[in-house]
Amino acid sequence: MDERPVESSVEWVFREERGRLLATLVRRFGDLDLAEDVTSEAIEAALEHWPVEGVPDRPGAWLLTTARRKAVDRLRRDQAYAARLAVLQVEADRAAPAPPADAGGDLPDERLQLFFTCAHPALAAEDRGALTLRCLAGLTTAEVARAFLLPPATMAQRIVRAKKKIREARIPFRVPGADELPERLPGVLQVIYSIFTEGYAASSGARLQRLDLAEEAIRLAWILRRLLPSEREVAGLLALMLLIHARREARTGPDGEIVLLDEQDRDRWDQSMIEEGGDLVLVALTGGPPGPYGVQAAIAALHDEAADVASTDWPQIVALYDVLVALAPSPVVALNRAAALAMRDGPEAGLALLDELADEPRLRGYHPYPTARADLLRRLGRFPEAAAAYREALELAGTEPERAHLRRRLHAVETPGA
Amino acid sequence: MKYMLLIYSGATTDPACGVEDWMAYDKAVREAGIRVSSESLADLTTATTVTVGPAGERTVTDGPFAETREVLGGYYVIDVPDLDVALDWAARCPGARGGGSVVVRPVADFGL
Repeated sequence: MDERPVESSVEWVFREERGRLLATLVRRFGDLDLAEDVTSEAIEAALEHWPVEGVPDRPGAWLLTTARRKAVDRLRRDQAYAARLAVLQVEADRAAPAPPADAGGDLPDERLQLFFTCAHPALAAEDRGALTLRCLAGLTTAEVARAFLLPPATMAQRIVRAKKKIREARIPFRVPGADELPERLPGVLQVIYSIFTEGYAASSGARLQRLDLAEEAIRLAWILRRLLPSEREVAGLLALMLLIHARREARTGPDGEIVLLDEQDRDRWDQSMIEEGGDLVLVALTGGPPGPYGVQAAIAALHDEAADVASTDWPQIVALYDVLVALAPSPVVALNRAAALAMRDGPEAGLALLDELADEPRLRGYHPYPTARADLLRRLGRFPEAAAAYREALELAGTEPERAHLRRRLHAVETPGA
Repeated sequence: MKYMLLIYSGATTDPACGVEDWMAYDKAVREAGIRVSSESLADLTTATTVTVGPAGERTVTDGPFAETREVLGGYYVIDVPDLDVALDWAARCPGARGGGSVVVRPVADFGL
């Protein structure tokens, strides 16, 4: 119950319980479909009985007992299915013996294995986030579809496809060993962060932010942080998301238009979320070499702590980008580093770095690249070139608020002095 | 659960990956008690393709020749508990290195 108590409605409580229950049942029966079905049935039963008979002392145990009974009933009716599952279970135990039950909690928390299964590299990248939201955030398929702006039927097909692969290729429900963790954990973090970024800067559609997905990602990261308290990159990812999400109110204007960092009303930033994120940055950067999420969180913290753009600690931000370039080199990181360097050393220096990235194939079609160039050209007073770069960015930008912002900037450089 | 590891050769042959590596891998698979079957295939230039048309007419052609750079060079069928174990064995296979790749496919099970 120490997760963020964002809501206290009945549905919310069940969403939390759903993931735990599902994970426990998957461990018990080795079958995701069966576990999902009986989880839903147990929750329906609770909705029916609890208002009449009162909430039991151990609601989690009540749900588990009910779900198990329903699963056993179903397996009695379908002997062939039961036989197949029995084989599965024996082999699963051969691969990874069941952990001892957690004596302290109402229900043992076995969600970690489910995180790793849903983010398994053998699943299609676009299916991992959907499956994670479905199984661990407790969203219905329709809710997941709405979050990704996809027709429910399309989302249902994706989830069915992913579950079929888990079942038929037998992707195991297991937590990777300590030796595999460095290879597998980044995949789980990537899934959560991509849910967050999808919610934060919707790649298409009219609304710039879809708060639900960003908050779901944060909630998933809180769960993961509790399950893996000693993994500093989990703290780093959570810190990064909190420190970005803290600016959500200031990020759009009254008409939904985009407000960039330099123009945001910083009084509208969520100070308690910034503090929470700041504490986690310390965790992420203490006790060993930093990871990429920890470093990105530290950069976000420097922005969040500054009173305005001018007093931002740009030398420190550039230094952190240098660390990030070494840890996780990518053209996008190089682009962000160039933008920060332009703040420290002036637009000319930043532009020189950006021009070095001109032939980078991974930046082709990526609208922040021409946007960054255009902004620096504008600051240098090279308006015709800036206008050309804004036009290029406009061709590529996905959301309407982003395009509106670019049109305003374009208009300003087309009519300088106006 | 049975998985077939299909071993595709890459564009270049990694000189670091020699006969000894294959022998060591083969020995490891056998000693782990997971090998169901395995073969390596003769050179692609020895391949012959057969198709039978709608009227039952048989067409035999030389080839196929490597149109893509990847050529199936051999396979293992192994029996292991789950995909993660199969992927580990695929990653240990010398054919996964030097530009080659190993495709892991579950063997369809119609028995249960």
